[in-house]
Amino acid sequence: MNAATRTGAQAIIDGLQQQGVEYVFGYPGGANMPIFDALLDSSLKLILVRHEQGATHMADGYARASGKPGVVFVTSGPGATNAITGIMTAQMDSAPLVVICGQTVVGNLGLDAFQEADVSGISYPVVKHSYLIKNANDTPRIIREAFFLAETGRPGPVLIDMPKDIALAPVTLDSGGEMHLPGYTIPTHGDSDQIATVAQCLHEAKRPLLLVGHGALISDAGKAVRHLAERMQIPVTTTLLGKGAFPETHDLSLGMLGMHGTVYANKAVMNCDLIMSIGSRWDDRIIGKADEFCDGAVKIHIDIDATEFNKLITVDYCIHGDARLVVEELNTMLQPGDTKAWLAEVAKFKRQFPLTFKKKGGLKAQSVLYELDQLVGGDAVFTTDVGQHQMWAAQFCRTTERNHWISSGGAGTMGFGFPAAIGAQLAFPGKTVIAVVGDGGFQMTMAELPTAAVNKLPVKVLIINNSYLGMVRQWQNIFFDNRLSGVKLEGNPDFVKLAEACGGKGLRIKRNADIKRVLQQALDYNDGPCVIDAEVEKEDNVFPMIPSGEPYSSMLLENPRTKMAQPRGST
Amino acid sequence: MSREDLHSISLLVNNKPGVLIRISLVFARRGYNIDSLVVSPAHNRQFSRMSITASGDPDTLVLILGQLNKLVDVIHATDHTGDVVVQRELALIKVDCTAERRTEVLQISEHFKCQSVDISDTTVLLEATGNSDKLDALELMLEKHGIVEIVRSGKLVMARGASAT
Repeated sequence: MNAATRTGAQAIIDGLQQQGVEYVFGYPGGANMPIFDALLDSSLKLILVRHEQGATHMADGYARASGKPGVVFVTSGPGATNAITGIMTAQMDSAPLVVICGQTVVGNLGLDAFQEADVSGISYPVVKHSYLIKNANDTPRIIREAFFLAETGRPGPVLIDMPKDIALAPVTLDSGGEMHLPGYTIPTHGDSDQIATVAQCLHEAKRPLLLVGHGALISDAGKAVRHLAERMQIPVTTTLLGKGAFPETHDLSLGMLGMHGTVYANKAVMNCDLIMSIGSRWDDRIIGKADEFCDGAVKIHIDIDATEFNKLITVDYCIHGDARLVVEELNTMLQPGDTKAWLAEVAKFKRQFPLTFKKKGGLKAQSVLYELDQLVGGDAVFTTDVGQHQMWAAQFCRTTERNHWISSGGAGTMGFGFPAAIGAQLAFPGKTVIAVVGDGGFQMTMAELPTAAVNKLPVKVLIINNSYLGMVRQWQNIFFDNRLSGVKLEGNPDFVKLAEACGGKGLRIKRNADIKRVLQQALDYNDGPCVIDAEVEKEDNVFPMIPSGEPYSSMLLENPRTKMAQPRGST
Repeated sequence: MSREDLHSISLLVNNKPGVLIRISLVFARRGYNIDSLVVSPAHNRQFSRMSITASGDPDTLVLILGQLNKLVDVIHATDHTGDVVVQRELALIKVDCTAERRTEVLQISEHFKCQSVDISDTTVLLEATGNSDKLDALELMLEKHGIVEIVRSGKLVMARGASAT
């Protein structure tokens, strides 16, 4: 091998540099040592994590904040299987990741070698695509294809399994590795005739509603959506992942809809005569009981992924294309209709059923989140974990900008919030990044505190600490006769001491009077991670709530007085 | 399961390891059973042709076709149920048959245009081709004499005329 010849591992690093990668989230092991060795001679910055799940969530948070693929290096066997949860999370929420796994040498594949697992096989159901490299010459092409697949069309994770001997083998091919993807097409513009028909429907509608999802953010359709809403005077509701696609401070914004959405958004859903989804997949959290959802309303669906059409909801018009391109074309055909009466009705819903909570009693999660929202004034990136705190944060922390709200939606992965915030902080170095987490989820990935500390990342971690797995407790409370099983988190650590022990700062909120002062103190601390342990009321429930699989008409606004039947939906 | 629930799907896919499992996962995840599957390299050896018959409800099939087409390794997937296609299958059938009943079995075989490819003291081995209905009928006739073993290739499908499969 002459000096100019590159190895498979070096070809990986070269490929990443060509793609403009800045950070790699990783953990070394026997099988990926050649890749880590090649990393030393590159401009890539390694974020050495404490657990591979953390690496994938960090890369995911980085990807969702920056819009660029997040890159992960893990080793074979357990290294790769630890990454699977994060890969599945990214797949469910269409986040672009490129995960490069070390693998045992080719001759040992399938022979139960040390730390060997059929990682590409395990990955199939949870990736957009995966590769097992068997020839070093394929490396440049595969890296290029992996990035292209991860970030185009409907984004998603791509896994590359790299056997150690291939990583050490010379790349003898001179060509740059042209992509070869004959089975892959990227939808762009929608069908113009369909768009014209939809423009006519919007014109005729008396009570139209826009439902904006993550797809609108991914395609950067925010500006076009705003123009559409303002010109046509149509109210806008967003999904959990669509927060930020339309400013939640806007007069036409109804906030989030669905299971724990605002009453006024849900009332608008119940009363609209037309609903148009822009990059949302009518997820089961949104539709409740599918065959009663927006019964009688004209349903329109704009999506880049044709498999989402008529999946849970049968719609009247589908437009297959990129959300931004479709809405921009639609915007050239708009003829405003008359929505005055409808806007007045929606305004009445807002007045009658504002987003509120009982302020009496002890420290409320909602109070803390409300004050935080007031303090940051929209100028912060929020990430969340999964559970009650997530829903309260979605309700009370208003998002006004693209990529400023990062939450695990489809997968509902506990442990996502904190590492995702680390990734988001790297993507937005100058911004305030706040992970809102529960005491349960945080303990799943709190091992990354030293990772944040050693990199001096000023991530704020707001723990909504009720010493319970709150959302499960809420369900047991409402649907299981309050028979609490496995939800009390006894033996939680002292999170303040834990933060200090890991090289960060720890603060505590115990009473209402502490809220502003402590939050401000946390926002002012910039030398590393800051954990704020908010000891909130233990047994509060999230409302509004549409029990899973039930129609919108069964929305609960407060704790039911009588025992409720088990909901039909799954979770 | 009735015949109406059987779907005939053809795919053009990349000819490389792991493609078959990705495709079968799409069926399995939606509770579809693959009844027959034929894979062979296409004219261009970079690709393979797959002919799949699977049973399940038609609404789910629409979703499955979408998800098959979404796979990076699938160039295209098409449902040919109800289309004008040429459909063929091959069967090897070993019939329990002593010398005295041989004539009768060979008569059936002739009627169905089979070839007898092997004869022993107690068996006759027939090779039959045709569409799957014909092979079903043949199977039924030979059943009376006692089928020792049967191997069927699975359904091959090609669009008629200039249309692409």
